[in-house]
Amino acid sequence: MKYMLMMNAPRGTGDWGVMKWPAEDLKAHIAFMKRFTKALGDAGELVAAEGLAPPAQARVVRAQANGAPAVTDGPFAEAKEFLAGYWIVDVESPARAYEIAAGASAAPGVGGKPLNMAIEVREVMSPPPVEM
Amino acid sequence: MTAPNPGASAEDLLRELAPQVLGSTIRRFKDFAAAEDAVQEALVAASMQWPKEGVPDNPRGWLIHVATRRMTDYMRSDTARRDREELAARPAAGDPWSRFRDMGTTERDDTLILLFMCCHSALTHSSAVALTLRAVGGLTTAEIASAFLVPESTMAQRISRAKQTIKSSRVPFRMPTKREHAQRLASVLHTLYLIFNEGYTSSGGTALHRVELSREAIRLTRAMHRRLPDDPETAGLLALMLLTDARRPARTGADGELIPLDKQDRQLWDRNAITEGLALVSRTLPKGSVGPYQLQAAIAAVHDEAPTAGETDWPQILALYTVLERMSHNPMVSLNRAIAVAMVHGPAAGLDLLDQLAAGGELAAHHRLDAVRAHLLEKAGDLAGALAHYRAAAARTTSIPERDYLISQAARLDVGNQA
Repeated sequence: MKYMLMMNAPRGTGDWGVMKWPAEDLKAHIAFMKRFTKALGDAGELVAAEGLAPPAQARVVRAQANGAPAVTDGPFAEAKEFLAGYWIVDVESPARAYEIAAGASAAPGVGGKPLNMAIEVREVMSPPPVEM
Repeated sequence: MTAPNPGASAEDLLRELAPQVLGSTIRRFKDFAAAEDAVQEALVAASMQWPKEGVPDNPRGWLIHVATRRMTDYMRSDTARRDREELAARPAAGDPWSRFRDMGTTERDDTLILLFMCCHSALTHSSAVALTLRAVGGLTTAEIASAFLVPESTMAQRISRAKQTIKSSRVPFRMPTKREHAQRLASVLHTLYLIFNEGYTSSGGTALHRVELSREAIRLTRAMHRRLPDDPETAGLLALMLLTDARRPARTGADGELIPLDKQDRQLWDRNAITEGLALVSRTLPKGSVGPYQLQAAIAAVHDEAPTAGETDWPQILALYTVLERMSHNPMVSLNRAIAVAMVHGPAAGLDLLDQLAAGGELAAHHRLDAVRAHLLEKAGDLAGALAHYRAAAARTTSIPERDYLISQAARLDVGNQA
């Protein structure tokens, strides 16, 4: 079964809080994420992983009456948290997906302290059962 | 089974020879992981050369020769030396007789021995499935990755870890002993069943590029049945696959939407597969050692034999589900039995059974409980109740085609209420 693990980070002021971290801490955080994702690949569980550009670069698009895009700039004041990145993993059980999510949540922040970020875990829709 | 089938394509030939060549290479070099890599390279070489230069007179010998050359190269390399030293440092395998059993094993058993290895209970289900498709099915890592919609590198890691697990578990390359046999056979059948389901359930809709997993599962199960013709559960699984796969052409509509059994156009069912499946069931069931695969095959057979949904022999299906429920203790079986009860004794009896199942707890939050309840409530004439439960089921399923089906059932009833 496949799950999407969405890493939600505090929005700050249109940028990730991460931008103001000491260089050492940032380096340790990035190294952690690289190791973390590589380990998922080595375990044969990784389907996809991406980090997203900061929320200040986010745009909201709606179709206008003629179908042309209407683009709105951020930042979006109502959102306290923003999607910072995601993993899609293919695992044997929900418990394993939660275990991976907990690992991501504990990514190191300032001073190497675990961030305890909220990781939203969503099952990816699958084929139907054999008989209905 | 060393002689190639006349008329088989080069690809079929390679698939059939792959496990035999691998068996022979493992027997000689005693290193599953390295042998598997070497054989895979030999298969790739064959698939590039044979179409251009023609199939060699002795294709099996050709493949073994190429694989052996790769193995020899590998054995000379540093990695292999380190691996050998590591192996030598460990205590020897505890079975002094395995050597003699190996000598008595004939080449035609290699496919079977490989299946037993690849489906070993030390592996997770997804690893066993991947390794079986590659080592026994002869599929490439890329093909398996695309069948399971994961990146090739991820699948390569999954297979490589599976091979390491086999290596470190030190399963000898031989048939399981009498004592191990039942449990090891169950693992093989379950793995083949998972491969079939993966292919069958995803055959509609967006899955255009997926390798034909259910065809591959049927091929492997057929090969297994040829080698174990007297095993009733192997025959039962093959029959179940054939009788289920026969309905595939009628199972989805033009837009990939699911069509339930009672609404399918039975003219589209594959008669040849049904005939073969029925013959297997009627040959196997009287033998007396009835197991879950035979029972599921028998249920599929009753459905497939009915010329119309209305002529389905539901009392027979109910009897089969009752035996299956006692044997498997699977709540999904109980749910299907409740449908059969409703068909035989009326929706109220089926709904009573659902209440008991819900009280049992195991299924309380499962969408299929809601889906079946909706179906039975509709039959009982409680359209508002049916509507609510179709919606509850749609909110809980993790399958898009099933959700779409449930939503459309709800929509149908909603319109009925307004009219």
